Amino acid sequence: MSRVLLIEDDRAVRDAVTLTLRRRGHEVEGAATGGAGLAAMDTFRPDLVLLDLMLPDMSGFEVCRRIRATQQIPIIMLTARGDDIDVVLGLEAGADDYIVKPARGEVLEARIRAVLRRAAPGDGGPDPASLQPVEIHGDLTVDRKGLLVAKHGQDLPLAPSELKLLLYLSATPGRVFSRQQLLEHVWEHSYHGDARLVDACVMRLRTKVEDSTRSPKYIQTVRGFGYRFGPL
Amino acid sequence: MPALRRPSLRAVAAGLRARLVLAFLLVAALSALTTAALTFREARTAILKRTQDTAIEALRSQVNSQVPDYAFPLSQQALQDLQHRLNAAGSAQRWTVYVRYRGSGLVPGGDHGRVLPRGVQEKVRAGIPAFQRLDSGGDPWLAIGLPVTYRGSNEASGLEVYAQMPLREDEANVQALVKAAQSGALPAVALAAVPALIAARGVLRPVRELRRASRKLAAGELDTRLKVTGRDELADLSRTFNDMAEALEENVAELRRMEANSRRFAADVSHELRTPLAAMTAVVDVLDDDADSLDPDTAYAVRLISEETGKLARMVEDLMEISRFDAGAAALHLDEVDVSETVRKTLQARGWQDKASADLPEGVRARLDPRRIDVVVANLVGNALKHGGEPVDVAVRVAGEGAGRRLLIEIADRGEGIDPEVLPHVFERFFKADSARARSEGSGLGLAITLENVRLHEGTVRAANRPGGGAVFTVDLPLRQGGGETA
Repeated sequence: MSRVLLIEDDRAVRDAVTLTLRRRGHEVEGAATGGAGLAAMDTFRPDLVLLDLMLPDMSGFEVCRRIRATQQIPIIMLTARGDDIDVVLGLEAGADDYIVKPARGEVLEARIRAVLRRAAPGDGGPDPASLQPVEIHGDLTVDRKGLLVAKHGQDLPLAPSELKLLLYLSATPGRVFSRQQLLEHVWEHSYHGDARLVDACVMRLRTKVEDSTRSPKYIQTVRGFGYRFGPL
Repeated sequence: MPALRRPSLRAVAAGLRARLVLAFLLVAALSALTTAALTFREARTAILKRTQDTAIEALRSQVNSQVPDYAFPLSQQALQDLQHRLNAAGSAQRWTVYVRYRGSGLVPGGDHGRVLPRGVQEKVRAGIPAFQRLDSGGDPWLAIGLPVTYRGSNEASGLEVYAQMPLREDEANVQALVKAAQSGALPAVALAAVPALIAARGVLRPVRELRRASRKLAAGELDTRLKVTGRDELADLSRTFNDMAEALEENVAELRRMEANSRRFAADVSHELRTPLAAMTAVVDVLDDDADSLDPDTAYAVRLISEETGKLARMVEDLMEISRFDAGAAALHLDEVDVSETVRKTLQARGWQDKASADLPEGVRARLDPRRIDVVVANLVGNALKHGGEPVDVAVRVAGEGAGRRLLIEIADRGEGIDPEVLPHVFERFFKADSARARSEGSGLGLAITLENVRLHEGTVRAANRPGGGAVFTVDLPLRQGGGETA
């Protein structure tokens, strides 16, 4: 189904996760170190990276940053350290989601599917603009079919979660979404997930689309409620 | 009002400073008074003695110069003449002279018993010069008597000379002295207040510092130390205080270190368990899937191992959560949310919509950590479903007014209720209502985690039995609104 690169130093966890994901139809390549994982990025060409945070040669944050520097491939952090600082650092480094160990095969599968699922055109509800091939919001052009966002004609390198969030918000400009709503729709977390995923993603998205992150124009914070796109 | 003022006055008088100053002033006044009295007595004696000596000397020299002009035995005429001349010579001293010759009457005559005391007259008659201070009509007087002898011998001539003079001027001098002493003592006592205050300050400053340091220490500032100056008892006290504070700090540091060690141990153990559990948990689905195709015994074993792995994973999660609370590392991520919506989502996510009836009013917004409230509600409802009886009632209410508004989440069941003896212990870790009962499905930490999560919200959670049967758990949180950013 999809090609998953698993970067995990513990052999038992690596084998177990590989086993359960293969059973579910994924093609899995295991890497025991960050270096091996980065090398496999070119040879294996995965659709998604499952990344452990504690690796012998370099930290998972560093691996995440290095992958993000060149590729917008989905990355899910797989961490035994559920402590807040690790989660926040991982999300800031550009991860799309995180899973705290231990996790059942079905949880892994659900998260992988959610991150891999392409932002379906107009999945924010009935949208008159969906008929047009390309929407224009200020300096941004959004191509829902081609899943491209450009600013001043230049394509923006958006990570999957960033793209999905932007597409979801911009489908109904001016409408306010709570973080819980965004978690449910963009990350497909059906329970009360971690609102920091939303905050971290908004922060990363702003650095890419806004002229000034201090006074955001496109993704605005509505204190006490959540976020909205525009109105411009 | 006096009833109010009296204790405060007493408090002031009872103050260490007031007592010190008062004692100091008392000592100053006493010593000033004593000094003044002694000085006064000495000065008065000295003044009077000088006056007496001068007067006696003057009279003696007058007698010595006048008497040789007369031939003895003296006639009455000569006697009167002598009296007259001596009297005139004493104008400086303002004395009045009386003379007597050979037991005859005094010249000039009259009643002089009052001004010339009998004692003086008797001594003079016996040949001894004498004087006496006396009080006559409220005025001080001096009486002097001189026996006159023949020149060159001690034989009495029979002539006696007396003089009396007022001492009022001297008395005025003495009075002035008293006044001076009085007017000197008062400012001295007043001035004594200054060193008294300084001394009181000197004593009180270390005492005050000691008080402040004790308060700080009590408030937990264990590195509080006093500056030790001098070598007096107060310095000793300060040094002792410092020793005590140091010992206290060391003990507390030791206790904290031990506590931190045991916490870290719990966290490390949980963490080390996580990695093998991660491997096991990942593959239990594989085992479950294949169980159907195995022989019954192996299938049972496989399902058992799968089930127990799940429990172990949950227990390790709960242990890690508790150790985070104990380490103070549990952070609150506040977000303003719709409370009813949050509770509804919790019930939906666990498939409890049919088992729990919810009374959730619309539009109750509160600043909460939705993830933690989810854990609280899920634990309480799960507990009610497991140990109580269906259906479980979940209700959200707002109590109180204005700034004191509270958010109440009530979870009630229809079971047998909780044993009153057990009730106070239900939030304790690993507490088992019946020690003989088989191991429960949960980790035994669910309610303890609930309590910690509620506490993190500065709220309380209570367990009670309903009058109609069944137990009710009430989560009581302060209702805050506004602000949406993660705190």
